[in-house]
Amino acid sequence: MANLLDLSPGEWTAVALSLRVSLVATAVALPFGVAVGWLLARKNFWGKTALDGLVHLPLVLPPVVTGYLLLISFGRRGPVGEFLYDYFGIVFSFRWTGAALSCGVMGFPLLIRPIRLALEAVDRKLEDAAATLGANRMAVFFTVTLPLALPGVIVGVVLCFTRALGEFGATITFVSNIPGETQTISAAIYTLMQVPGGDQAASGLVLIAIAFSFAALIAADWLGRRATFRFHGE
Amino acid sequence: MTVLAVDVEKQLGALHLRMHFLAAGGATALFGPSGAGKTSVVNMIAGLLAPDRGTIALNGTALFDAAAGIEVPPYRRRIGYVFQEGRLFPHLSVRQNLDYGRRMSGQPRDGNEFDHVVAMLDIAHLLDRRPGKLSGGERQRVAVGRALLMRPRLLLLDEPLASLDAGLKREILPYLVRLRDEAKMPIVYVSHLAAELRRIATTVVRVSAGSVVASGGLELLDEADADAAI
Repeated sequence: MANLLDLSPGEWTAVALSLRVSLVATAVALPFGVAVGWLLARKNFWGKTALDGLVHLPLVLPPVVTGYLLLISFGRRGPVGEFLYDYFGIVFSFRWTGAALSCGVMGFPLLIRPIRLALEAVDRKLEDAAATLGANRMAVFFTVTLPLALPGVIVGVVLCFTRALGEFGATITFVSNIPGETQTISAAIYTLMQVPGGDQAASGLVLIAIAFSFAALIAADWLGRRATFRFHGE
Repeated sequence: MTVLAVDVEKQLGALHLRMHFLAAGGATALFGPSGAGKTSVVNMIAGLLAPDRGTIALNGTALFDAAAGIEVPPYRRRIGYVFQEGRLFPHLSVRQNLDYGRRMSGQPRDGNEFDHVVAMLDIAHLLDRRPGKLSGGERQRVAVGRALLMRPRLLLLDEPLASLDAGLKREILPYLVRLRDEAKMPIVYVSHLAAELRRIATTVVRVSAGSVVASGGLELLDEADADAAI
């Protein structure tokens, strides 16, 4: 066991990079996820079906296709990528930021679904009560709606984070597999497997990946139960 | 003295609601059978439902005026509302529920007032609990306290005892009578039960099928009983 986890410095770099990419991807996606989840749960507008389809597309498209689409739009010569570089100096292609972008896009449908369902389940009558007590719409959202939807938000965050940790196809297509920059755990395992006898070397990273996924599931369960308990507890 | 003037019209499915009445100091009862449109009118006063036509004014200032295009949003009306089902926030403690209105309207904390309301409603032992574990009677007392502590200009109570059994009703009614006598704001009290209103109302507005059929003193409650007997 001890020598199974005896990772090389390069492998530790991949682990640290994976965590950073997944955390940033989830943190940046979260406010967008809440906003889009709220729009889909509460509003009727022209193009709602199209928006719903668009955010769920990464779930059904081959990841390679998602990566390709990201490359042609967010690459340095892509329309979005060029704009972001010219005006904000943000570069995605072949950087860890690009890995975070592709992980966020891939995790987005998993983030939105539970948030949307939780927002739909919030009792609108409680929001009315808050309004009569002097809370404007923004205050109602942050003091009543969002706290009541919290268990769903937690589930969404964990699903998005674990999806980001495991992301492979879109990331490698978009930002390649550069050690120290875009080589996440999945990509590192893939690289090791290309070498004869590499399955032995990959086993440490595989164990780490399993441990992270388990930890995330347990954390989600615990946080979710705590949040639900708050509504019924003493 | 605070005066509420309501003159509204709205089509609600098959019911054409058309009501005109005044409520001044004391407790004005909106009295009538279920489905007469009582809750809808109260929601209009609170700003949760927009009338099709008409005006709602508090002390001569319009809260709603269809012709002038005025519709003050509920969070700016400062009208306390006690709902039939309490509607306490399940994720907040009783103390946080009580404090919610004051916090949202940005009023300073007044420990004396808080203690006074808590003592009047006898809910001091509940402050650190969550609403999920309260009995029906406790929940409604907290709901009354929450509405009072926002310092409303007017208090709306929509069948506040409807979900309680007879024993709990007897337990809470004295609190509401005390509230009527101590609070300085007018109360609009909705109920379909004459016995309950006899204890608390000072004036009565009788409604039926969306319209006001009579307004006056408590004798209207007796007439209703007589009608029911026929």
